[in-house]
Amino acid sequence: MGEKKIIKDRALNLNRRAFLGKTALGIGGAALATTLGYRFFSKDASGELVAQSGFGTKGELDALHLPAKAKRVIYLFQSGGPSQYELFDYKPLLNQRRGEDLPESVRDGQRLTGMTSNQESFPMVGSMFDFKQYGKSGAWISDLLPYTAKMADDICIVKSMYTEAINHDPAITFFQTGSQQPGRPSIGSWLSYGIGSENDNLPAFTVLLSRGTGRPAGQPLYTRLWGNGFLHSLHQGVQFRAAKDPVLYLNDPNGMSKAGKREMLDRIAALNDKHYQDFGDPEIQSRIAQYEMAYRMQTSVPEVMDISGEPDYIYKMYGSEARKPGTYAANCLLARRLAEQGVRFIQLYHMGWDQHFNLPAAIEKQAKDVDQASAALVADLKQRGLLEDTLIIWGGEFGRTNYSQGILTDTDYGRDHHPRSFSMWMAGGGIKPGMVYGETDDFGYNITENPVHVHDFQATMLHLLGINHEKLTYKYQGRRFRLTDVHGKLVKDILA
Amino acid sequence: MRRTERLRTMGGIGLLCGLVAFMACNQGQKASGNSGSDLTEVRLPEKVDFTFDIKPILSDRCFACHGPDQNAIEGGLSLHTAETAYAALGELKDHAAIVPGDTQKSSLVARINATDATLRMPPPESNLSLTDYEKRLLEKWIEQGAEYKPHWAFVAPEPQEVPTKTDWAQNEIDAFVFETLQEKGLQPSDAASKEKLIRRVSFDLTGLPPSPKDIAAFVKDQSAKAFEKVVDRLLASQDYAEHMAAEWMDIARYADTHGYQDDFERTMWPWRDWVIHAFNENLSYKDFVTQQLAGDLIPNASLDQILATGFNRNHKITGEGGVIPEEYRVEYVEDRTNTFGTAFLGLTMECARCHDHKYDPISQKEHFELFSFFNNVPEAGLVPSGVIPVPVINLSQKEVDGVLDFVNFTKSEGKTLPIMVMEEMEKPRQAYILNRGLYDQHGDAVAPNTPKALLDFPAEFPKNRLGLAQWLFHSKNPLTARVAVNRLWQRMFGQGLVASSYDFGNQGALPTHPELLDYLALKFQNEGWDMKALLKYMALSATYQQTTKLSDELLEKDPENLWLARASRLRLPAETIRDQALLLSGLLHKEVGGPSVKPYQPEGIWEETTGGGGGTTASYVLGTGNELYRKSLYTFWKRTVPPPSMMTFDASSRDICSVKRQETNTPLQALILLNDPQLIEAARVMAQSYVGGPSDVGNQISSIFEKATSRKPQPEELQQLEAFYADALQQIEAQELLPEAYLSIGMAQVPDGIDKKQLTALAVTVQTILNLDETISRG
Repeated sequence: MGEKKIIKDRALNLNRRAFLGKTALGIGGAALATTLGYRFFSKDASGELVAQSGFGTKGELDALHLPAKAKRVIYLFQSGGPSQYELFDYKPLLNQRRGEDLPESVRDGQRLTGMTSNQESFPMVGSMFDFKQYGKSGAWISDLLPYTAKMADDICIVKSMYTEAINHDPAITFFQTGSQQPGRPSIGSWLSYGIGSENDNLPAFTVLLSRGTGRPAGQPLYTRLWGNGFLHSLHQGVQFRAAKDPVLYLNDPNGMSKAGKREMLDRIAALNDKHYQDFGDPEIQSRIAQYEMAYRMQTSVPEVMDISGEPDYIYKMYGSEARKPGTYAANCLLARRLAEQGVRFIQLYHMGWDQHFNLPAAIEKQAKDVDQASAALVADLKQRGLLEDTLIIWGGEFGRTNYSQGILTDTDYGRDHHPRSFSMWMAGGGIKPGMVYGETDDFGYNITENPVHVHDFQATMLHLLGINHEKLTYKYQGRRFRLTDVHGKLVKDILA
Repeated sequence: MRRTERLRTMGGIGLLCGLVAFMACNQGQKASGNSGSDLTEVRLPEKVDFTFDIKPILSDRCFACHGPDQNAIEGGLSLHTAETAYAALGELKDHAAIVPGDTQKSSLVARINATDATLRMPPPESNLSLTDYEKRLLEKWIEQGAEYKPHWAFVAPEPQEVPTKTDWAQNEIDAFVFETLQEKGLQPSDAASKEKLIRRVSFDLTGLPPSPKDIAAFVKDQSAKAFEKVVDRLLASQDYAEHMAAEWMDIARYADTHGYQDDFERTMWPWRDWVIHAFNENLSYKDFVTQQLAGDLIPNASLDQILATGFNRNHKITGEGGVIPEEYRVEYVEDRTNTFGTAFLGLTMECARCHDHKYDPISQKEHFELFSFFNNVPEAGLVPSGVIPVPVINLSQKEVDGVLDFVNFTKSEGKTLPIMVMEEMEKPRQAYILNRGLYDQHGDAVAPNTPKALLDFPAEFPKNRLGLAQWLFHSKNPLTARVAVNRLWQRMFGQGLVASSYDFGNQGALPTHPELLDYLALKFQNEGWDMKALLKYMALSATYQQTTKLSDELLEKDPENLWLARASRLRLPAETIRDQALLLSGLLHKEVGGPSVKPYQPEGIWEETTGGGGGTTASYVLGTGNELYRKSLYTFWKRTVPPPSMMTFDASSRDICSVKRQETNTPLQALILLNDPQLIEAARVMAQSYVGGPSDVGNQISSIFEKATSRKPQPEELQQLEAFYADALQQIEAQELLPEAYLSIGMAQVPDGIDKKQLTALAVTVQTILNLDETISRG
């Protein structure tokens, strides 16, 4: 008998014994209820209650609110705040008026961070890098992003993003959780809770980190960004790492064989089951199921992380960096593999976009880190037929100022944080391809057309997944919370 | 009518009660906004009660637009008071939402039953709805006169008549519990075995299991006071103080770092040592809280009283270059205000920051009146790296040799440590209502005051933090004692009498045993706020000493153990799981206090998220020697990357005040129990003490099992483990299990000359035992 079959049979037997006849006794209701947004027991095809062993295989929503265009999300988070002026928001006026002070009428009372609020002047500065138009929409894209430019017809560039936060910690927290102060569940946790997982053996919410070359010692990340907040901890983001332990504590102890571990698990299960027979606490059954899940993860995680079998043409697409574990390119490739496995929310973070000084040199390197692999991910999903139901998001927590932070020289400048306008792009999963949405004024400072707030973006993302953002709520401490707080409008114009 | 009689008449809908409370007790509930299944077939109570039947519905489904928030009232209707609910509505003032006794004339009835979606309440856009059962309840309540009652938790506890004690009863707790059980048609369970009982009480009071010697002595002791002696011994132990302190770390959101961005280190551990000291001394709850809130304002305050005020500086503090300092300073004051609400009042003060509270009678103005007590600290919003934020006291050996002799200063020789404390500005900072809660949107000026719905602030009290503490411990304060005893109950029974220990407001859970809660609150208040005495009183009740054994009948009638016909079986907290393994192995180093330590954690997890800020928190430097084996209370807490093995077992993140942890069961927990080097090392070191000893393997395994579970294994269990041991030896011979590799896990030395094959086989057997659900539970 194959190993998998043994596990399955045992799990079923245990569950049968545990719940035989219990539904008739009326514990069905309580057992089927959720704890902290996680359904521990469900009915199998024959109507018997079985202990869930996965990461919330079935979500809280009985049915989607509307037809889903996307089944999963890959969020390529560009941490630190990429400058829109060097990437997507082409503003020749800033080059023409280089060095001139930003007119007060444009700034219009915008609060500044403590890093530039004491600056004597605000000399405007345009991009050092050229822009050209690409694709049917004639999108302006900078020379820093040659690969992204080539797929202009596949992506939708939003130039009119805005946020309220002006510092990293609150701004990233806002994007990931809908609130500037920590403590609420991250987007991936909301999805794990709401619509569950498509893969029994992998977490619904996975996280991959990489460090950019633009400003390697830039600003940090915090594990609470992928935290479950007040939801059940099964909904937390699980970090997949380019380390000996791809998931924390995944590897068996040194010197122990797979078979040895298997026997240990069998003994633990047998003894736990014995204790269950004596004391009758269903929680023990749940514990047995979680141990089985842990065992399955020990196979499923290394399998999905092993990219050695990827053919050469794939490495050509993603770039040679993709062979190096822990790079952005390798993480993009992993993201595709996780998407193929049905992981619901794949969150990448690429650090290093916080370029207050030496921006031209830094952003050139940083753009090179991400350009080819991001484009390859879109193309790769497309060639596999996965792009149509996978939503890809590329963007940071805010934009940067159109004036220089610090001294403006012929070859150098920096940019401070700017919340009032910045750019992102999205692709696949029900997003209108080949589109540029929103516009900013000639200074790039203010939005003139179709503003998209962070909560609007979140509402739109949930919509694509078949969720009405006002209806995916969780009641905690007496209040119904949701990702979009009490805000958020659907951005209909960018839907395919 | 007594309140529990109201609860008891709900006996016919036990399942509904069970469900509702089940969800509430787990700190949250399902999204959809209606209360789940439609239970129209369920019998309505004969007399509908406002507190137990009606207000939960009104609060949850109606108050958002028809409740205490004065600025959110729709159609001029508020349903949170009788006066406003009965008032005439409309331009012509020709109708009312509720006409007592007349469902025909009550427009509420028409609106909740309207088939026209534009008229129906709650409206579709609210995503809320009422079940048929709830509609019938509302109608019957109106029919019976629509009587309003003040919120139970805002009325001061009253002396309770104790029900007649039965033979089963050990003290008054049991009389109250028994009466409810009878009403529910339930019987108390048998007493737990002595082994189980001493294990339970040892974990609950000290966070550690009993030793086989302790167990044997208790089993042998046939005197009437046998258990009381155990309880007294535990309460007098240092472990008790540390275990109590561990919970207080969550409440006080204690951490060793500032919590934002680069997350630099701070030095607050001398405050933590004060907390341990306070529990050791059994400081009354009144003094314990008063000193933390206002120790600096006590006349002729001593240094330890000032150190205690570190409580209100444990919040996060930003060092992120470029933030607007005032924005963050306001956050710190908010944090103190909300912590005060959650920890001492069981109220969600944060809900009244941007507008009046939607559910409880706390206005936005009152929120900022309370805020203004905490607004007068001469502090900065933005604190540069490497600086301990003022105000501080500087501790050196001199102070520690004197009044602060409880601070473990041994590792800080010669140094002077600045510790954050509270201080009052000479001229208080003017506080304002902040419109929409925003730091720079000043509304009307406000002065320090407390919410009127609770208890007027006596004119003779000073309008500062000391006065606030006096108000908190005023004999008529309805919440302080209830909230405190409920949390002590939660410690001993796994769940409070009010399941939502963080919320005693309208949206919180209702007490399962209101009279008992009041009885305990008054006892606590009248007998000197003595925490040890109350814990002992709870431990000595027959209710506490029942078995956890679950019959089909109990599982059916009371799956969540609301009515206490048994004891609850609980998974051990994060700290205790590790501490127990260390204790069993003999590795546990029982030093008290001092700087936090860095035990094993997976390599690279600080480094991979670190920014450019540098400092001591940029990379993790593993501790040495005994530092690896201290209690988890002393594990260094970096807020932005908290210890993953503890977080996975539901530790609080320490971002904000937390009075109740989740209790989850996940595959990541299994991975830690199976693979964490700390636990493997502990298993191996435990095995070391047996290998080469006089007893045979069967006895060795039996002894280990007994230490881990506090009982002897049954023959079938021992057989399983012996077979596993034998198989492990075979694996070693077949080179499938490699002693050299396995035994090299952890820093502890393998003794010379020990039989490594036997050691390895026994170590994996210990590991198996440490993974048992029973080992990580207290039953």
